[in-house]
Amino acid sequence: MRRALQQAGWLAKRLIGGIAVVWATATIVFLLQALTETNRAKSIIQQQSGSALTPSKGTLDAVNRKFGLTESVFHQYISYIGGLAHGNLGVSYFQHDAVTSVISQQIGPTLVLLFVALALAWIIAVTLTVLAAGRDNVFSRFATGFQLVAASLPTYWVGTILLVVFALDLGWFQVEGASGISGLVLPAITLALPVAGFMGQVIEDEFVSVLRQPFITSARSRGMGDLGVRTRHALRHAILPALTLSGWAVGYLFSGAVLVESVFARPGIGSILVNAVNEGDVPVVSGIVVVSAAIYVLANIAVDAAYVVVDPRLKSR
Amino acid sequence: MSALNPSFGEFVEERPALSRRAAAFARSVPFGIWIASLVVALFLIAAIFPQLLETTNPYNINLAARFSAPSAAHLLGTDQLGRDVFSRIVAGTGESLSIGFGATGIALALALALGLLAGLGGKVGDAIVSRLIDVLFAFPVLFLALMVVTVYGASVTTTMFAVGIGTSAGYARMIRGQLVAVRDAGYVEAARAIGHRKTKIVWQHILPNALRPLIALFTLGVGNAVIWASGISFLGLGVAPPSPEWGAQLAAGRDYTTAAWWLEVMPGLAIVLLAVSVTVIGRHIQARLEGTVRTTLL
Repeated sequence: MRRALQQAGWLAKRLIGGIAVVWATATIVFLLQALTETNRAKSIIQQQSGSALTPSKGTLDAVNRKFGLTESVFHQYISYIGGLAHGNLGVSYFQHDAVTSVISQQIGPTLVLLFVALALAWIIAVTLTVLAAGRDNVFSRFATGFQLVAASLPTYWVGTILLVVFALDLGWFQVEGASGISGLVLPAITLALPVAGFMGQVIEDEFVSVLRQPFITSARSRGMGDLGVRTRHALRHAILPALTLSGWAVGYLFSGAVLVESVFARPGIGSILVNAVNEGDVPVVSGIVVVSAAIYVLANIAVDAAYVVVDPRLKSR
Repeated sequence: MSALNPSFGEFVEERPALSRRAAAFARSVPFGIWIASLVVALFLIAAIFPQLLETTNPYNINLAARFSAPSAAHLLGTDQLGRDVFSRIVAGTGESLSIGFGATGIALALALALGLLAGLGGKVGDAIVSRLIDVLFAFPVLFLALMVVTVYGASVTTTMFAVGIGTSAGYARMIRGQLVAVRDAGYVEAARAIGHRKTKIVWQHILPNALRPLIALFTLGVGNAVIWASGISFLGLGVAPPSPEWGAQLAAGRDYTTAAWWLEVMPGLAIVLLAVSVTVIGRHIQARLEGTVRTTLL
């Protein structure tokens, strides 16, 4: 009972901290666009109508009223944050739809891609570490080289190569527009590779230093085999820094997902974001940034919770 | 080797000759680092004196030779207008590297300002900056960069600032950590105990020791910045074709991937080659500064 209360208290504290972070990101996003305020109503109308003529005062007033652009910056900020508190991210300049509905229609495929890629990165990094770390043979040298190169690979480039080889040349996958699992394979591999590279380096460093610990020697002296020592003892320690990195990786994966979706012409927030940046649709871009920050915050709370499960030493604290 | 120095009556280290030290240094650098340095040197030559490496005029349109596959005449093939891809990659090196260096410089300048405020600004300064860095970490790098592009419009300068602002949080956290560690180090406490003035301690002890890792960070950062910047151009939100900037070439070649794979693969290869080389060099510098040279790279 006392433990459950403690856990609930911990969670509440983390959530409040998380809300503060999201509020701060929204403030930064708001300031970035508000401090560079030009005649936005004019550019919205020109973008919509596709003409460079100066719009009439009547249409200007209508657009200004619709998006509240003539209010003072302070007033706009209060209504933006107030809306955010009610789950309202404003209205798109060009899509005639609320930003929340634009995002919620498209974020599903992006999140699926993101978490499948994260899982794949874990599998690649852990497998390479268990098989190669701390050994001196051809395979371990290959693994080190792979991690180094994979960590520096631009996703858009890997994606294009995989597309050319496996979809165009070998015809194993549809070039674009494939739905379901077969449409997820190449994008997920593309997105997972750089993360697997980073993560592999971190896990390997920790793994090698754990292998020198006395409890490893003691396990070996009890007659435990090498593979058992590696998977049962060393790995458990080595994945702790990788867990921390997974929280950070969510942010990286969001960036990567946008590029990968563009390469494979996949549905998701990537295409909305690119269009919105092109058109100068500030509410949509800000909305996507704030939502991704919120997901990043939630992922990091989940990571901290997972930490306690993997490392029982933390329970007593 | 040490000898008794009669004037001070104590042991002093006798320094070997400069040529000996240079030779020892050369021997201590692994083979992989030499290769990486050679690659970086070639890129620098391409950036500063592109004419030395270009095989033909990179802007020369030759419709008869459109989409030629890589051959002796066109090392890396030709594009949709018959322009030589190798010469275009050479011609684009200057702009790509400038964006990479500029963005890294902007990122480190921002990070340095935040880091100094946190490391030397007392408890309150540290608390505020640390929270701010936490918040900046919640922004995906590309999204923060694209937010800057949305507000200021796509251009070379915007790309540079966008990438610089987007990547600054990571550096800020490292610099802050370094400053705090040095600030609390024993030799700083010793300097304080002797009665050195605060400014002297900051300039003579804290800053030189805390900022030395910046050399490695800068090297590592350039590759990273080039990757992000060309990604923005790839999305069509950075440097626009017909510029030979690497990302712009990737963006221009996207529509022809089925006909000519080399239009995407070759500029990308240049990016990867540069990124891997500077990463290898940066890591080596880092390891040397920390005094733990790892010999994992050949």
